[in-house]
Amino acid sequence: MKSLRKQFDKLKPNFEKGGKLAPFRSFFDAIETLFFVPNTTSKSGVHIHDHKDSKRLMIIVVFAMVPALLFGMWNTGYQHFLSLGQSVDIWTSFWYGFLQVLPIIIVSYAVGLGIEIVIAQMRGHEVKEGFFVSGMLIPLILPVETPLWMVAVATAFAVIIGVEAFGGAGMNILNPALTARAFLFFAYPSHMSGDAVWIANKADGFSGATPLAEAAAGHIQNLPSPADMFFGFIPGSIGETSTLAILIGAFILIYTGVGSWKIMLSVGIGGLVMGLLLNALAVNPFMELPAYYHLLMGGFAFGAVFMATDPVTAAQTNRGKYIYGFLIGIMAVLIRVFNPAYPEGMMLAILLLNVFAPLIDHYVVQANVKRRLKRVKVKA
Amino acid sequence: MSEKEPLFSPKNRKLIFNPLSKENPITVQVLGICSALAVTVKMKPAFVMSVSVIAVLALANVIVSLLRNTIPNRIRIIVQLVVIALLVILVDQLLKAYVYDVSKQLSVFVGLIITNCIIMGRLEAFALGNKPWASFLDGIGNGAGYGLILMIVAFFRELLGSGSIFGYHVIPDAWYIKNGGFYENNGLMVLSPMALIVVGVIIWVHRSRNRDLIEGK
Repeated sequence: MKSLRKQFDKLKPNFEKGGKLAPFRSFFDAIETLFFVPNTTSKSGVHIHDHKDSKRLMIIVVFAMVPALLFGMWNTGYQHFLSLGQSVDIWTSFWYGFLQVLPIIIVSYAVGLGIEIVIAQMRGHEVKEGFFVSGMLIPLILPVETPLWMVAVATAFAVIIGVEAFGGAGMNILNPALTARAFLFFAYPSHMSGDAVWIANKADGFSGATPLAEAAAGHIQNLPSPADMFFGFIPGSIGETSTLAILIGAFILIYTGVGSWKIMLSVGIGGLVMGLLLNALAVNPFMELPAYYHLLMGGFAFGAVFMATDPVTAAQTNRGKYIYGFLIGIMAVLIRVFNPAYPEGMMLAILLLNVFAPLIDHYVVQANVKRRLKRVKVKA
Repeated sequence: MSEKEPLFSPKNRKLIFNPLSKENPITVQVLGICSALAVTVKMKPAFVMSVSVIAVLALANVIVSLLRNTIPNRIRIIVQLVVIALLVILVDQLLKAYVYDVSKQLSVFVGLIITNCIIMGRLEAFALGNKPWASFLDGIGNGAGYGLILMIVAFFRELLGSGSIFGYHVIPDAWYIKNGGFYENNGLMVLSPMALIVVGVIIWVHRSRNRDLIEGK
């Protein structure tokens, strides 16, 4: 580490004002703070500092995604060889999936960070760390067959329109990764749904439909067993299939205090409640599906753990978090069951509640103000 | 008349050119958004719509300006509406007679020119207090400002959404995935939310080039 520090110190003067490479200052800053906690201190008043700045927080989220990512790579290979009718060992599957997934990750990071750096330079502030997480989330929620240029266009759209237009990371209303996903979903529907896109180079004639698509089509008998869906041996977006891997990520997030367990829990409860409610009505096979299936299918778990908890776009107040999460769960199941054109309701539910989160917070705060004002009046 | 103002004095030229950028009805005054979203999927209907609005706005401005001293103040809105409605019906009939297919595509939106805020706004704000010639230029200018934005939005939406410009395919067929290529038209561009986003981007670019347009906090 010492020698690395020396290298940075040696290079630094080049990037300061008047230096040769001054135009690339924000790029240098970004790399330096990635390795070392910045030693800038506040200039006025007393502040409490701890070592967890937002870069460290973001890295933890990326770590939490690693189980889902590794499993997704293996599953990509597994589904591919399964469709061809071959059985191969774990490492062959993993290596195949690795080669399929890696380009998507590279494109997502290169495009997103490239735009972030250019804009940071234009506006003269440092590169924000928000894209560390988004850059990993975007590949995980895409079908493995997505053409790379579509990944690039969607990432550019999400960063420019979804984030920078609102003033940069931290000011955005919508979750950037979901903005990219929604963009692709509406712009290139034939590459984002259907049964041809989930398995890399699948054999013709092999059904590649996701459990959600099967359920929406009413083919309940084709659904895989709950255990398969829990462990994730099913076709789906790269990182969303294994509920188990996502739960490991959730454990990391909750243990380190980075992700809000209030939101995760209430999303799950919301989904269950809506599922049970539909069970009570039960006019078609999709409604009769056991409520806990909804938590295992599609992107529900992934959305609840990694998307809904995004601290920028979620509700900020404690009571607001419960309301926000609960409504996401309800809306997700509602959209899935009642709108067969949009099988993945989770994405739309989270985006919708992202928009409403500030409103929820506003009323929670107002209610608190009112309650306390009443107390004052009684005493007087 | 002691001094005769030339037809295209600097003041009159401003009436035409200001609405194109600094006082643009769509991007600065944010009027007439509804039709900007609805008719900009393809360039041809957008063009016909622009021409129709220019014609209606210019003529309505002239007529109301001629009547401005005789219209009783309390019923001026209804008089303006009658004038606009008359012109819109004329335009609608002309479109049906000569460009029937486009008229089909525009459907109800030609009729809705009557309620286009730009037209009422210009009649109220300009024609009621100015002479016919100036009003005519103001109508042309504001109509053109509206049409300019419509054409820009329609250009991007048609190019990216349908791969064509004015109905001519410009993206080579061999590029499409169904022909073994890699390209696919962007379906989002055809949906109306994208028109709003494109208008938003135009406003963003426009204001970062003209800093004086940015509202204070």
